[in-house]
Amino acid sequence: MTRKSGFATFVGQRWAVLFLCLEVVVFSIVGQGFFSLNGVQIVLFYGTSLFLLATAETFVIVTGGIDLSVGFVMGFSAVISARLVAAMVLAGMTPLTAIILAIIATLAIGLLPGLLSGFLVGRLKVTSFLATFATGGIVYGISLLLSGGGETKGVPDLANVIGNSYFLYWARGKGFSIFTRPEVARGTRVIEILPSMLVITAVVVIVAAFVLNRTRFGRHTYAIGGNEDAAVRAGINIRRHYLVIYALSAFFATLAGIIYMLEYITGKPDAGTSFLLDSIVGVVIGGASLYGGAGTVWGTILGCLILSVLETGLRMAGVPTFDKFIAVGLILILAVLIDQFFPELIHKED
Amino acid sequence: MGYLLEVRNIVKRFGGLTAVNNVSMGVAAGEVVGLLGDNGAGKSTLIKVVSGVHRADEGKVLFQDREVDIGSPMDALAMGIETIYQDLALAENLNTPANIFLGREKMKKALGILNVLDHEYMHEESRQVLEKLDILIPSLRNKIRALSGGQRQAVAISRSIYWDAKFLIMDEPTAALGVAEQKKVLDLVNRLKSHGIGVIVISHQMHDVFSVADRLVIMRRGEKVAELVTKDTNADEVVSLIVGAETVRK
Amino acid sequence: MADNSLAPAPFSSRSSAMAIFGRNWAVFFLLVMVVVFIFTGKNFLALANLQTIIYSATTSLLLAFAETFVIIARGIDLSVGYVMGFSTIVCAGVIRDLYATQFGVHWPAGVAIALGIVAGLVASLACGLASGILISRFRVPPFIATLGVLGVAYGFTLHASDGGFPIAFLPNVLTEIGNGYVYYYNPVLHAYSFFAPPAGTTGPQIKELVRLFPNALILTLVFLVLLWHLLKNTRFGQHTYAIGGSMDAAVRAGIDTRRHLVQVYVLSALLAGLAGIIWVFQTGQGNFVPMGSNLELFAIAAVIIGGASLNGGKGRIMSTLIGVFIISIMANGLTLTGVETFWRFIATGVILIVAIVVDQLFPDLL
Ligand SMILES: Nc1ncnc2c1ncn2[C@@H]1O[C@H](COP(=O)(O)OP(=O)(O)O)[C@@H](O)[C@H]1O
Ligand SMILES: [Mg+2]
Repeated sequence: MTRKSGFATFVGQRWAVLFLCLEVVVFSIVGQGFFSLNGVQIVLFYGTSLFLLATAETFVIVTGGIDLSVGFVMGFSAVISARLVAAMVLAGMTPLTAIILAIIATLAIGLLPGLLSGFLVGRLKVTSFLATFATGGIVYGISLLLSGGGETKGVPDLANVIGNSYFLYWARGKGFSIFTRPEVARGTRVIEILPSMLVITAVVVIVAAFVLNRTRFGRHTYAIGGNEDAAVRAGINIRRHYLVIYALSAFFATLAGIIYMLEYITGKPDAGTSFLLDSIVGVVIGGASLYGGAGTVWGTILGCLILSVLETGLRMAGVPTFDKFIAVGLILILAVLIDQFFPELIHKED
Repeated sequence: MGYLLEVRNIVKRFGGLTAVNNVSMGVAAGEVVGLLGDNGAGKSTLIKVVSGVHRADEGKVLFQDREVDIGSPMDALAMGIETIYQDLALAENLNTPANIFLGREKMKKALGILNVLDHEYMHEESRQVLEKLDILIPSLRNKIRALSGGQRQAVAISRSIYWDAKFLIMDEPTAALGVAEQKKVLDLVNRLKSHGIGVIVISHQMHDVFSVADRLVIMRRGEKVAELVTKDTNADEVVSLIVGAETVRK
Repeated sequence: MADNSLAPAPFSSRSSAMAIFGRNWAVFFLLVMVVVFIFTGKNFLALANLQTIIYSATTSLLLAFAETFVIIARGIDLSVGYVMGFSTIVCAGVIRDLYATQFGVHWPAGVAIALGIVAGLVASLACGLASGILISRFRVPPFIATLGVLGVAYGFTLHASDGGFPIAFLPNVLTEIGNGYVYYYNPVLHAYSFFAPPAGTTGPQIKELVRLFPNALILTLVFLVLLWHLLKNTRFGQHTYAIGGSMDAAVRAGIDTRRHLVQVYVLSALLAGLAGIIWVFQTGQGNFVPMGSNLELFAIAAVIIGGASLNGGKGRIMSTLIGVFIISIMANGLTLTGVETFWRFIATGVILIVAIVVDQLFPDLL
């Protein structure tokens, strides 16, 4: 390989960060109110589903696979949790109990699609693309069945209060309060800091990053993605590993679905459909290789930030949101081309 | 001496490493030469110079007594120098005739206008070349995937022969085969001699080499350390030359 | 090697009856399904229903054929559904702009339609070229390259349709062709004619008309034969198999693999574009297919159910035909039996898994 100039190397290595900075600068200039506490929170808030789905995708992509079902699983769990809450409330439970029980039950049910994919990939040696597509189709069909194709009604407003609450509130004279909006006179400004759902997402993402980066499980994940045969010979139980990987992926997607239900007090099968493209793009921009063995959760989060800044920024700048798809497509291609030209730089193992 | 293929004073360096250092050797038509040496001795690098994968830093290659410039594998193929790689380069999803004719398919006119593949012709030609070389394949319509390692090897060799290979290079042809299969491939190599084809065989299996090669060239650390006539030597002598236990015979 | 003691081939041969069944399970499955629907469905065998199946399978078939070539070459084209949508909007948009009166231009409908078709094909050609060049020259994995093209095509589609509004005010002749039949028979007048109802057919008689051979069927047959020929009997087809089976072998056999891959993705995009144009003819408007309908996934599923493998080198036009019919007859039959359409997703997923597992049990060696 010919040597690249120092500058090119510098840019090639950090292009994602530089690109993010560039985006922020541009949108701060052209977008109304982009560069503000609120703007930042909107970016991050839009990002919650994306962060979760892309984290799910990261684990699978590091093993050399792809998970096409994440969006469907998200819709599935949104529908399931909404149906469960509605049914329990109807049965006479208090909204809070119903919501808590429904979340627990959905988290358990949400693992099933992951286990199915994991079984197909690990045990039956089905290509991940097809295994997760089949699972996705089945799950999507079940969501349509349960929801009758439309939105699920009957979720109590309490869900919305939880879903749109903030971690911290600040009001003049009342100081900070956690989770509960301070009682203030009409017209008094309350500063809202960190949406609760974002905090939950952040905690999950940090744990996920730790698992992939610092645990034996994470090491084995890279090993399988790098060379499956070698991993088998090294004594890694890859059947079980795939089962856990796809279950984990389904878990993150399920969480995204539950958060969707809380935010919109409804569940619909298509809740996550539009995130599939973005989540894969986020992972690839973040430096993962679709051939497996490379990629980090933090890289993925960086990739997702680029996308969510783009989405929010374009919207605030008054550009029709559908132009976003053109941008996302181009960025994806750009990311892979840069990856071709600087392979050894970007695929450095953490 | 009338060599079919000759290399003179070949030097090939990779950065600071000299993989092949001033090696000369020749192979006559109808002759099989065994190329021996430990791992990393430079055997593969030397033959890659001939098959057009690498370009030598110094030295020259002569084919049919003329100096030739082999810049790419295609150049080598055009001259009739074929290399049977260990991984064979067969499309496993296609059958034997399709592989023999891959990239050079025979077409015919159907209904007077349509240019279509002439499956019958390719099948018949394949059958004939296999027959000529005394190779038995259960059914030519079977995909390569259904063939054993030795049969695949035979298909790869027949392809070369069909397309008029004059010189065949085989890098570890029997490495992946069972004992019975090895014997068949070696028999086939022996038969190639009678067709006037020159062959270089690289192998680790002393037995293989002794059963087919007329002469042996032994390399160590990039240099040629000996050239022997097979019937005047024995395995012990060769092994000690390969590992360098015996003083170099000039 | 004259003796017969060949080493055993590297697979254990199952009983041949089982193997035949295993390799052709899709055909048997299709037959069984049809029989079941005949007995349980309300109107499955009705001529009208059979023609509906073919009519609605036309675009799915073209997408699946597109995917067949790509998958045999060991690639994947995620963009077919969106390229189809792109071509729909471009084609309909051009026809409207040239034809519709409110823009003050009065091109004859025929010219407007012809130019619309060309525009749709050019738009899809551009998509195919982009994918093909990214994949062959820049070595971008097909999955990513076509995903990128998907995004760009989708964006342009939304842009050109102002966010997804159907493009209307198109000439009626579109649907007359798109939903027309080759043969009409008027039992009242005892008259028959081709491509349009017999002259003198009055309003009430329209109901009585016997219509045979939808235009869509003829078109489907033409493409079926053409693509079958291309894959089976030409160098192009042979090299597509070779590239999918072993890129290495193809390169060493002197095949220009880069150019070939570009051609494969261009072919795929053109077929998808054609599906988009047919969609304009069938619906009489430019209504792009929205995200979430997963057209490409059904196309891929049909190809795989037909017996192709994502590992490349394998697949046939006729098998894809069976795969498409399994999915579309299932959708049709389930609707007629009163089962709701979501079963289409569930059933496709299940059949897909069956297909893959069966494929692994019976490697095809012939
Ligand atoms: N493409 C290459 N780049 C750098 N070094 C190489 C290359 N090919 C071979 N070598 C080195 O050249 C030496 C000879 O290798 P090779 O010809 O493959 O040996 P042999 O085939 O006899 O085992 C080895 O040290 C090997 O590492
Ligand atoms: Mg070697």
